[in-house]
Formats: sequence, C-alpha cells, structure tokens
Amino acid sequence: MKQPLFFSRAVLISLCLTVASQLATADEISVAVASNFAEPMQEIATAFEKKTGHKAQLSPASTGKLYSQIKNGAPFEIFLSADDTTPAILEKEGLAAIDSHFTYATGKLVLWSAKPSFVDDQGTVLKTGKFTYLAIANPATAPYGVAAVETLKKLDLLAAIQPKFVQGDNITQTFQFVSTGNAELGFVALSQVFKDGKISSGSAWLVTPSLYEPLHQDAVLLNKGSSKPAAKALLDYLKSDEAKHIIRRYGYDI
Amino acid sequence: MSNASELLQLDLQLTQGKFHLQCQLNLPASGFTVICGRSGCGKTTLLRCIAGLTRAQGAVRFKNIDWQHEKKFLPAWQRPIAYVFQQPTLFPHLTVRDNLLFALKRVPPAERRISLDDAVNWLGLENLLDRKPNALSGGQQQRAAVARSLLANPALLLMDEPLASLDIDSKLEILPYLERLRSQLGIPVIYVTHAPDEMSRLADQLVLMEEGRVLAHGALNALLTNPNLPLTQHQEAAAVLDAVIEAHDAHYHLTQLRVGSAVLLVPLSPLPIGSHTRIRILARNVSIALDAPLHSSIQNCLQAKIVDIQIHQQEADALVRLAMDDAVLLSRITRRAVDQLQLQAGMTVYAQVKAIALIPH
Amino acid sequence: MNTGDLSAIWLTLKLATTTTLLLLLIGTPLAWWLTRTRSRLAGFISVLVAMPLVLPPTVIGFYLLLAMGPHGVIGQFTQALGIGLLPFTFTGLVIASVLYSMPFVVQPLQNAFDSVDKSLLDAAAMLRANRFDAFLHIVLPLSAPAYITAAILCFAHTVGEFGVVLMLGGNIPGATQVLSVQIYNHVEAMQYSNAHWLAGGMLLFSFVVLSALYSLRKSGGLRV
Repeated sequence: MKQPLFFSRAVLISLCLTVASQLATADEISVAVASNFAEPMQEIATAFEKKTGHKAQLSPASTGKLYSQIKNGAPFEIFLSADDTTPAILEKEGLAAIDSHFTYATGKLVLWSAKPSFVDDQGTVLKTGKFTYLAIANPATAPYGVAAVETLKKLDLLAAIQPKFVQGDNITQTFQFVSTGNAELGFVALSQVFKDGKISSGSAWLVTPSLYEPLHQDAVLLNKGSSKPAAKALLDYLKSDEAKHIIRRYGYDI
Repeated sequence: MSNASELLQLDLQLTQGKFHLQCQLNLPASGFTVICGRSGCGKTTLLRCIAGLTRAQGAVRFKNIDWQHEKKFLPAWQRPIAYVFQQPTLFPHLTVRDNLLFALKRVPPAERRISLDDAVNWLGLENLLDRKPNALSGGQQQRAAVARSLLANPALLLMDEPLASLDIDSKLEILPYLERLRSQLGIPVIYVTHAPDEMSRLADQLVLMEEGRVLAHGALNALLTNPNLPLTQHQEAAAVLDAVIEAHDAHYHLTQLRVGSAVLLVPLSPLPIGSHTRIRILARNVSIALDAPLHSSIQNCLQAKIVDIQIHQQEADALVRLAMDDAVLLSRITRRAVDQLQLQAGMTVYAQVKAIALIPH
Repeated sequence: MNTGDLSAIWLTLKLATTTTLLLLLIGTPLAWWLTRTRSRLAGFISVLVAMPLVLPPTVIGFYLLLAMGPHGVIGQFTQALGIGLLPFTFTGLVIASVLYSMPFVVQPLQNAFDSVDKSLLDAAAMLRANRFDAFLHIVLPLSAPAYITAAILCFAHTVGEFGVVLMLGGNIPGATQVLSVQIYNHVEAMQYSNAHWLAGGMLLFSFVVLSALYSLRKSGGLRV
C-alpha cells in the first residue's frame, strides 16, 4: 500500500511542477475565427499548443458579426476572416497591424445535394432546373453567396434560377437547408462536405474555379495582439507546412 | 306515496375520501321536502348527486323516468332540474335581466310555464333588472337566482341552504318569497338546511341525515316530535302546527289562531284573517297543569292527552308528548314535576303556553 | 425605405395577424382542455407548450427544419397530403410561429379559464346549458380581458420573432423575408441607416403595444 501512495504523491508533485513551468511561459491568445474555419482552426490550435504551450481561445462567429465586435472593442488579438476584404478594412481603420494580413486558406465552392447522384460532376442539373429550391448563402453578407451568384451569372442561369433561391444567413445554415433535404441542392463550401480527401456523402459538382473570384480567407493581427509574441507565433504557425497540411485536409486550397 | 309516477326514487352510493354516502330514499315528487342534518352529513352531496353535478354510483328515477342507473347517466344539463346554490351564482358579466333570460332562452317556448314578468313579480325584482350582480345585496342576488331557477322551468327544484350565506335581514326578506313559492307553485322542492326556523316554515316532508345516511324521513311534525330522533333532544325541540288566522285584536296587539279545535293567542300577525300559517311551539315553553287554571297570566291553555313521557334519570327534565286532536305537542318539564303531578300516559291535562312565547310564521 | 423593406413590413403584419388568429382558435380548446382535464398527459402537454420560453429560437427553428423536411415527421405527412414541403413557404412560417408563440396565448387563457368560478359552470349546467354552451356564454365573456392580453402578446412576439424565421424561411422576399430578418440583413450587410429606420420603427411599435397593454392592465381592465 505504501508504494502506490508514494508513487501517486510523486506524480502529483511532478504534475504541479509541469503546470507551474507552463504557466511561467505559456500565454493565452484570443482568436476570432469565421465559423466555417472553426473546426480546422481547433485542430491547428491543439497542434500549436502541443508545440509551444500557448493556448488559443477560439471565438467562432460570422465574419460580419466579428467585424462589428472588433470595431466595438472586443478583446480579440487575431482575426481569421472568411474573406479578404474585412481584414484589409480593419487595417485601414487602424484596428489591425499594418500589412499583417495574409491568405491562410482559399475556399472552394461546391454544388452539393444530400441525395446520391442528384448532382452530376458537370453541374448540368442547373440547366435542367428539375428542383424546387436551390440554397445559397446570402450574397449580401456571405462570400460563398457572392461566389454562387457569380457562378450562375457566368453560366447565364442567374435569371432562370433566382426565383428558386433560398438564402441561408451564412454558409452553415445554407448547408443545413441542403443536408436536411429541404432544398434539393445548394452552393456550399467544399470544407463542409469534404472528409478524408473526398466528398463524404450525397452528390456534388466541384465548381470550376474560373467561374468565381477566388474565395481568399485572410488572417490579420489585431491591435490588441500586436505586442504579444504568442499571437505572432500563432500567425507564423498558420503559415507552416504542418498547418497547411491540416487546412488542405478540410477541403481548402493553400 | 307508493305510486312510482309521483316519486323521486334514489339509490345512491358515493365514496369521497373518508366520506361515504349511502342513500336509499323514495321521496314524494310534490311539496316541499327539507333535508336536514349537521354540516358534513352529506346533504349537499346528496343534492349534487340528484342533480348529476356529482357522479355517484346507483340509480336516480324521477316520475318513472330513469336519470341514472348502472348503464345510464343523464348529464346535469339534460335533467329537468333547477338548482339554487348556497352562494348566489349569478353570472357576473350579465345584468339581472340577462341572467333571467339565460334560463328562459334555453327552455323551448312550448314548455315555458312561467313568464319573465311572473318571475320578476314573484321575487320583487322590478327595479333590479338592469343592474349587474355586483351592484346587488346578497339577498337581492339570491332572489334573482331563485327567479332564474324558476325560469328554467324545472320539474324539480333543488335548493342548497339558499339563505345560509345571507345576513339575518336578507333572510327575513327572502323567506316570505319562498313561502309563496311553496304555496303557489306546483313544483316539488328539495331544500337543504340546518336552520330550524326555515325547516318549520317550509317543510312538508323532512329527511334527516347523519354521516351520509338517511336517519328518518316523513311528515314534518311526526319527525319533530318523534322521541327516538335527535331532534327532540335539542334545546330548540319544538312542534310545528298548522293554523288559520281567525281574528286580530288591535287593542292588545294579539292575533287569534285556530289549531284544530283549539284556539291560540299570539302577538299580532300581519297576515289577513282566514290565511293559513304555521306555528312553532318550543317544548320548553309548554307547561302542564292538571286543571284548567283560573287565575294565570298565561293566555293559552289547551286540553290535551299525554301520549308518553320520556325520562332520563341523569337529567333534570322530562319530555312529555301531548296529543291534541291529530296534532302532537311537546312539553319539556322537570322530572320532579312529573312525579309531583303523577303524570302518566293517557291522562288528560292542560298544556299552557305564554302568548308572548309564540311567533306565528 | 426600399420596396424590400415595405414588403417585409407587410409580410410581417400578415404573418403576425394570421398567427394570432390561428393561435386564438387553437389555443382556446387547448387551454380549456388543460384547465379541465385530469389526464396525466396534461402535464406533458403543458411542458411542451412552454418549451419555446426555454429553447433558443434558432434551435426550435433547426428542429422544425428537420421535422418539416422530406425525412421529418411533418414533412412526410404534408407530402402524403400533397401539400409538399413547408420550409421556405409562408405556410411553414405560420406553423412555426404558431408553435413558437403558443405559450403566450395558452398560458394567459389557461389562467383566465382557471379563475372562472366553477360554481358558475354548475349553475349553467342547471340552466340546461351544455358544456359548449356554457363555455361560449360564460367562460368566454368572463375571459375577454385575457384574450386581449393573449392577442397582443402573440402579435408582438410574432413580429419580433427572428431565430425561427431565419432557420426556416430562406430569406425569400415576399414569402419569408420578414421585418426582423430584413433588419438583420441590413446590419450584416453594414447598411446601418436602413437598419436604424426599421429597428427604430419596430422599437416604437413594441413600445406603443406594450404601453397600451400595461395601461390597460393597470386600469384593472386586464388580468393575466
């Protein structure tokens, strides 16, 4: 009985020492992240913590909401946007470090249906028009919505299909419309239906990249994090091959 | 009494917690039947079961029509009953007139026996018709409730202590209306009360209840003077006799009543000569003399025959039952007096009652 | 104010009116049943009715989206009836609003029904009124103030409804793009001045409605 007791005490002491040493050097970084990138970012943050001991605290929300929060004094140090315009605006408005923004991932638009073989790999289903609803993200607020509208415009189908639009507030909601089957198909982010290197369910057409402006997602160092080495370290880590590997696995280009 | 077409036949059982109602009863479907008994004895429950407001086991049969048996339950609203509750349950959002019309409208025109005007007249509601219930006194509300129940054209009228929630003035205000109903309206009434004066003024029949059971039922005076029933043990034990107003004496403020072959003097009554009334004579106000007293202040002296004498050795008093024609009178005197006068059943004696002690109804 | 805003206002009023009328119709027998029944089911139903008070609207919206979808219970039913699917339609929004605003109608009515003196119902039965008759002529008029409360609360709540519509509506102008969503769209698109106008109008509307309600209640005309 004595042996295990001594052993557990030893473990406890060493654990305390470890935590203490971590506390001495470890930092917390507050990260505002666009909802669509929350999942890969969590994985990146875990890998980053394992490597550096710094802990990244993620706050996922839509890009628009995060922008308003940052403008109104939210304590975020890093912002991972779902577009490339918002970080540039923040820099211009003096809320972010000048020239700190960079593209960490490029989203890919996919026409997807929860039903198998509903969407062919050329997207000709759009021309047949044999569906009641097509879900897109609200183009006024969501970059994927803009890309979807651009695509349909290039295909000369916008006027024909527009009456069948149902708009999700964001790309997550758009995905829900399609995944629950309420809309037969919709333009969603590849990252939402991509797993282990392939489309995980249903049927999809990976929209030809030339049909829409690239969906650059930019990160930026906010003023509140500009004097914090850990925040800079996280941004550097985001550019590393390790992080890029994770990002690609989630269906983004980089 | 035995003709089923003139009976309300009850055979009801109900258990509510610790209370058991067990009631087999054939009541005449005419006249005024008073159900009395202590509070909690099941009077109200019995009434609600008759009405179908409370669902009891068993059978209810009215004038050969089944309201309820094992396989049948006529819902309350389909039974030709009207009900006057202890609290005047006027609909608060309707005027008195609309309350009355609520009842009248639900009776097919061909079946209506009482007009709105009649009901209003009988219960003196002329000046109250446009008022809402909350602008009426308790007595006025109950009068309106009675009128409303009459307009429902009931074949049977149930009244559950309709005066109990009223102050003494309101009671005195309503009682004459109820007496008029009794004498003028051909609707059988079952009336729950534990007030002796209501009982003696209104009842033709009496049903005595105790702990959910029927202790006795029968004609009013027979039950009041039955020495085996608790009514005669009561401080207020009394006999109720039918009387006719014979003369008024304006000088002495007295009224002369005829009770069978006898004559009684009572304080001046407002009723006209020739009208029928009742007189309640408390046992403790009746004394007994062997001879007709010549010099006495007591104005009423009635010849009567002793029926029997109830003596309790542990108590001071004895109860003497006296027969006067068909009527029975009660006298409560001391045991000592019984021995001194050597009173025995069969003796002819003189019952004396102070005129002042009598209040004609 | 652009045409989209005007159509959103019109649609919102239409939705709130339809929902209120429907809910008063559905809520009345439901509240009456809950008041009178001794069934054990009543507790369960009461909890179900009160759910929208607890659950975040977007959660309710999401589950309705699932239920009304092609694989959901309601969806299967509406498809079998030949109505098709309900999400992204005005009808779908009405149904969602009815469910979402239900406690605001059922609870005041239930309280009012509960406070009607039971002896009045006995009295009505003894005056040959059957249950429906008694309900119509006694309970209903006595509960009139609660109906006003319920209608105002339901209408206001439906006007302010956002999460459910957002999840279920698909933002279709003229069909599902209601005022609250339109304001949200303006904010998200950073069209703040449009948003301010609509939001200000809505604020004024709620203020007027609620002041009316409270002053009525204070004057003793209403009880909830």
